[in-house]
Amino acid sequence: MIPDLVVLLIGAFAFLAAATGIGRAIAWKYDPNQSNPTIQNLNARINAWWGMVIVLGIALLAGHTGVILLFAFLSFAALREFMTLTTKNRADHWSLLAAFFVVLPAQYYLIWIEWYGLYSIFIPVYVFLLLPIFTVLRGEEKDFLIRISETQFALMICVFCASHVPALLSLNIPEFDGRNILLIAWLVIVVQISDVLQYVWGKLCGKTKIAPRISPSKTWEGFVGGILSATLIGTMLFWLTPFSPLFAFAMALACTLMGFFGGLVLSAIKRDRGIKDWGHLISGHGGFIDRLDSVVFAAPVFFHLTRFGWT
Amino acid sequence: MTKQSPLHRRIAARLFGKGIQAAAHIVTAVRADWHGCEPIDRQRVYFANHTSNADLPMIWAVLPPNIRRNVRPVAAADYWLKNALRAFIGKDVLNAVLIDRRPEARAEGENPMQDILDALSQGASLIIFPEGLRNMTDQKLLPFKAGIYNMGAALPELEIVPVWIENLNKIMPKGEVIPVPLICTVTFGTPLHVHADEDKDTFLERASQALLQTDPDFRRPSRKIPQPEATA
Repeated sequence: MIPDLVVLLIGAFAFLAAATGIGRAIAWKYDPNQSNPTIQNLNARINAWWGMVIVLGIALLAGHTGVILLFAFLSFAALREFMTLTTKNRADHWSLLAAFFVVLPAQYYLIWIEWYGLYSIFIPVYVFLLLPIFTVLRGEEKDFLIRISETQFALMICVFCASHVPALLSLNIPEFDGRNILLIAWLVIVVQISDVLQYVWGKLCGKTKIAPRISPSKTWEGFVGGILSATLIGTMLFWLTPFSPLFAFAMALACTLMGFFGGLVLSAIKRDRGIKDWGHLISGHGGFIDRLDSVVFAAPVFFHLTRFGWT
Repeated sequence: MTKQSPLHRRIAARLFGKGIQAAAHIVTAVRADWHGCEPIDRQRVYFANHTSNADLPMIWAVLPPNIRRNVRPVAAADYWLKNALRAFIGKDVLNAVLIDRRPEARAEGENPMQDILDALSQGASLIIFPEGLRNMTDQKLLPFKAGIYNMGAALPELEIVPVWIENLNKIMPKGEVIPVPLICTVTFGTPLHVHADEDKDTFLERASQALLQTDPDFRRPSRKIPQPEATA
C-alpha cells in the first residue's frame, strides 16, 4: 500500500509543480502588474492546492487515525459554515450544540469502530427523529419545520455524507487487504481533478451556460470536457482500486457526475442565501464546503456501489 | 493608562490578548470585511451594534496589529471593575477607557465625556457601542446615545466608522454558557463625519441608518429581512 501511495503523492507534487509553473508563466506573460483577478485567483487556488495536498498526504500516510481525524475536522469546519446560514433562533441553541459536539463526534466514533450497522443509519434515522424532539421541548414553534429541516440537511451533507470518505476504510474487499486507503485517494483525486478540469475547460472554451441563475461559471463545455477527462484519469488510475479498467471508468463517471451535481445543489443554496462563497479560510477557493461539495455528494454513492459490488 | 504598569503585568496582558484572539478565531473563525474603508492606522471611532459580551473581543481580534495598538474600547466601569480579572482584562489587556454608566457613582463634577475626549486628543482611536447596553430585543438596533455625536462635533476630521457584528447573538445567546461555533463576520462600513451645522438627532439617525446598511443582510437581495424602516 505505502509504495503506491508514495508514487501517487510524488505524482501529485509533480502535477502541482507543473501547475504552479504554468500559473506563474501566465501571470508573468499576461498580467505583469498583478491586476487581473482571474489570473490572481488561479495562482491563489494553485497555492492553496499545495496546502491541501500536503495535509491530505500526511493524513493518508498516517492511515486509519489520520484520515478519520482529518475528515472529522473537515466535517466540523463545513458544518460551521453551513450552520452559519441556516434558519435558527434562540430555542435551537442546545440542538445546535448537540449537532456539533454530540452528533459529529458520535458519527466519527462509529466510523472509527467500523460499526456499519449504526453509522449508516445514525444520522438519517436516530438524529432525524431525536433532534426535533430535543428542539420541540423548548416550546418555540416559529419557523419550526424550516429550522429542523435545515439543521438536518446540514448534518446530512457535512457530517453523514462527508464521513463516508473515511468509512471506505471499513470495507472488506477480498484480495484488497490493507489497500483501502488507496480507494480514498482515488475518490478524492477523481472528484477534485474533475472540478479542476471543469474549471480549466470552462475557462478555455466555455460559452454555453448550464444554469446561469444558479452557477454562472458552469458551462456545457466545461461540464463535458471536465467530466470526460477526469473519468479518463480515473480509468487510468484503476491500478489503485479493486476495479477492472472498465469498472473504474463506470465508477469514475458516477463519481464525477455526482460531484458535478453536488456543486450545483450547493451553489443553489448559496445563491438563495445571497453569498458567493461558504467561507474564507481556503485562499482562492472560499470555504471548506466550496472545496468539499463534490466529494460529499460522490462519497456515499461510491461507498455503497463499492460495498455492493466488491465486498 | 496614566502610569506604566509593571513588566510582568504587561507580559501577562500581551499573552492574554493573544489568547482572546486565538479563542475568537477558533470558535467563530471570525473575519473582517473592510467593505467601506481600508484597514489603515488613522484616528477613528469604530461604533458597533451590541448583542453580546463577546462583541468587543471580536472587533479587537480582527483589527490588524498596527491599528489595534492604538485602539481603546470605551467600556462600562461598573462591568469591567467588578473583580480583579475583569479589571485586568479591561485596563491592561484592552486598555479601555472606562466610563461609569451610573451617574450616582461618579465623583462630583466628573464628566465621562471628558475622559473620552482626552483619549481622542492623545491620538487614540476608539471602539464604542452607542446603544449603551446589550440589545436583547428583536429590533436590530436600540436608539443611540449622544457620545459619538459629541466626539464628531468636537473633532470634525474624525472618521466615525460603522461596524456591524454578525451572528454573535446566535453563537452565544444571553444566558447561555457554551458557544455554538458559527462564523462571525465583522463588517466595516463607510466612515461618517458630523457636518458643520448638523444637530444631534439628525446625526444619530444618520449613524444608525449607516450601521444598519453595513449589515451584509442589507445587501443580500434575496433574503427576506426586515428593512430598516421596520425597525424604527
